[in-house]
Amino acid sequence: MNKILEKEFLSENVVKLVVEAPLIARSRKPGNFIILRVDPKGERIPLTIATADAIKGTISIIAQVVGVSSAKLSKLEVGDEILDLVGPLGKPTEVKKVGTILFCGGGVGVAPMLPIVEAFKKAGNRVITVLAARTKELIILENEMRKWSDEVIIMTDDGSYGNKGLVTQGAEEVIKREKVDECITIGPAIMMKFMSLLTKKYNIPTQASLNAIMVDGTGMCGACRVTVDGQTRFTCVDGPEFNADNIDFDELLMRLGGYQEEERAAYESYLKGN
Amino acid sequence: MAISTDTLKEERKATWRDELRKKLKNKERLLIPRVKMPEVDPNERIKYQDLEVNTGLSCEQAVKEASRCMDCANPTCIEGCPVSINIPKFIKHIENENFLEAASVLKETNSLPAVCGRVCPQEKQCESRCFYLEKLGKAPVAIGYLERFAADYEQNSGNMRVPEVAPSNHIKVAAIGSGPASLSWAGDMAKRGYDVTVFEALHEIGGVLKYGIPEFRLPNKVVDKELKVLEKMGVKFVTNFIVGRTESFEDLQAQGFQAFFVGSGAGLPRFMNIPGENYNGILSSNEYLTRVNLMGAYDNSFDTPVLKGKNVAVIGGGNTAMDSVRTAKRLGAERAMIIYRRSMEEMPARVEEVKHAQEEGIEFINLANPLEYFANEHGRVNRMRVQRMELGEPDASGRRRPVVIEGDEFELDVDLVIVAIGVSPNPLIPSSVHDLKVSNWGTINVNDRMQSSKLELFAGGDIVRGGATVILAMGDGRQAANSMHQYLQKK
Repeated sequence: MNKILEKEFLSENVVKLVVEAPLIARSRKPGNFIILRVDPKGERIPLTIATADAIKGTISIIAQVVGVSSAKLSKLEVGDEILDLVGPLGKPTEVKKVGTILFCGGGVGVAPMLPIVEAFKKAGNRVITVLAARTKELIILENEMRKWSDEVIIMTDDGSYGNKGLVTQGAEEVIKREKVDECITIGPAIMMKFMSLLTKKYNIPTQASLNAIMVDGTGMCGACRVTVDGQTRFTCVDGPEFNADNIDFDELLMRLGGYQEEERAAYESYLKGN
Repeated sequence: MAISTDTLKEERKATWRDELRKKLKNKERLLIPRVKMPEVDPNERIKYQDLEVNTGLSCEQAVKEASRCMDCANPTCIEGCPVSINIPKFIKHIENENFLEAASVLKETNSLPAVCGRVCPQEKQCESRCFYLEKLGKAPVAIGYLERFAADYEQNSGNMRVPEVAPSNHIKVAAIGSGPASLSWAGDMAKRGYDVTVFEALHEIGGVLKYGIPEFRLPNKVVDKELKVLEKMGVKFVTNFIVGRTESFEDLQAQGFQAFFVGSGAGLPRFMNIPGENYNGILSSNEYLTRVNLMGAYDNSFDTPVLKGKNVAVIGGGNTAMDSVRTAKRLGAERAMIIYRRSMEEMPARVEEVKHAQEEGIEFINLANPLEYFANEHGRVNRMRVQRMELGEPDASGRRRPVVIEGDEFELDVDLVIVAIGVSPNPLIPSSVHDLKVSNWGTINVNDRMQSSKLELFAGGDIVRGGATVILAMGDGRQAANSMHQYLQKK
């Protein structure tokens, strides 16, 4: 079960795994995520589904190595099995024809955006995609995105590839140039916060897909709670997508740091042991 | 479901029972004091999350306690048991030193006796209906301790009897969720010859028995041994599978499943929706206990972290609140406090848990209700404001209602807050079945046979009750198995 069929490092710290998961490959929809556990002492970590092949019975997941659990995952090799893999979780994206839709992805947030981009293109929309990263090596899935986008704009902080600048600069150019009916943004919380501020200025309805801390992923623990429109919602069962205008991003950013000390200490001791 | 009065009378006439009754005069039985459960010293036990507090009765203690039971002609204790255990019969087997026979009697109606012997609120059930208490005003027979004794004896004997299973009828049925309701249902369906599969969303089987109840109260290995027996009875367990997501009900029906039991539990933790409640360091008891119990966060060799606090406040007065506050103590809290809006008398937790908590130095701040939380510059909670309450008239639950004392507030320094004020039903299942009737609360509506508006779908436990006990869930599971069997036979 959950056998790894392919493994590829997209950049030094970003790994892509193609995993045998026939039931999830068939039932997942754009916007869904999975939770996995690498070994009997491992954490349950939520990860997004980048692509799925229902016929082959595989899904691909993309993870950035940031701590113990993602490091352990990145050490698995082709032929290894992931101990536990469950999904699909979360509400799927509401895919519809809106006209022109702007996608803005940052870092590994580009991975879950891919199936959503594909779905919106297939639904007959004009799709413009902005991919952003710190530097050239961290831009992922560019070719796949080009396949399903009418236009792809690359932004790097250091200007090593595409245009120099932040995702918001790329997005604003598009918004100024043509009518954008809707926006979807996935990436680091701080990036989504600024995307939300930008599109609010232009009155463009925007969805943000959140990456919260989770344990079970089925609504049981409440670790992933987020304030949307003044109400506490659970990212795992009410989300992961919410109307970006109403998300309390500052609270989200604070909550994402909730286990920072514990995580850093654990990662340091893990690195020492390896 | 319940054993018929005639059967009970017949069994009571058996020669061995008759002889046992004659062995001791009732007067002599009455003179024996109720046994005390041996337990680990509080100062020692608070050092370990995984050290069971109650160590269990010895054979001598159990036989002596069993001999207190009068073997009443009209055993009212059975009426107090949600799964109708044949109580006098199992107790008399203990008195007769036939411990394995006693365990067999338990297994006739209870798939998890070693669990129930530890977590049931016996003082509100069987023991509340014991002759000693009802007629004599004396301490009841320690039915719970004896249940645990017999079940443990069998588990430790290396001779776990597998209950008899009817020849397979090849009818596939499934449970959704693997907590006590589903396990009880699964045992009863397997006995009737059904092809039983239990689907679980998490990576471990057992539901609340694994993620919720801590090791010091219910060791996982005790649960696992009971699960092994169910496996030997032919029950198949599938983890990491969310019915309605991984595969739909329709998919499963197409694979031949003819009926379902939903025992998915009460998923969503409730919060109070007061200012500051989303600060870091404020978490649900579900999250806290899951990190510690299911994910092993109390042990440094596990990857999952858990926040630790010096001043820990647990909001609520139920068993989950006691489990959380005692866990906090074991994880190093200097002050581990219960904050409860009513008084000690109204507290819903088991009497034994409250007693154990008190022995372990837990502070009880009763008649108090949180108003607001404050945090440091990193967003970590550091202080809370609390409202003092008093008791007013009784409410719908019969307990006196807590009323605000205007203007009487105080503050507490806290760096970890666990909210244990109950749970709401998990919406995952109700939202993935078309035309399923649910209440305003989100619980699944069922008739008195535990059957929902979708006739092939039965439900029980917290997804129906909204929040109850292990044993009530197990009673529902038995009832649902009975009704499902009738339904499938007629079909």
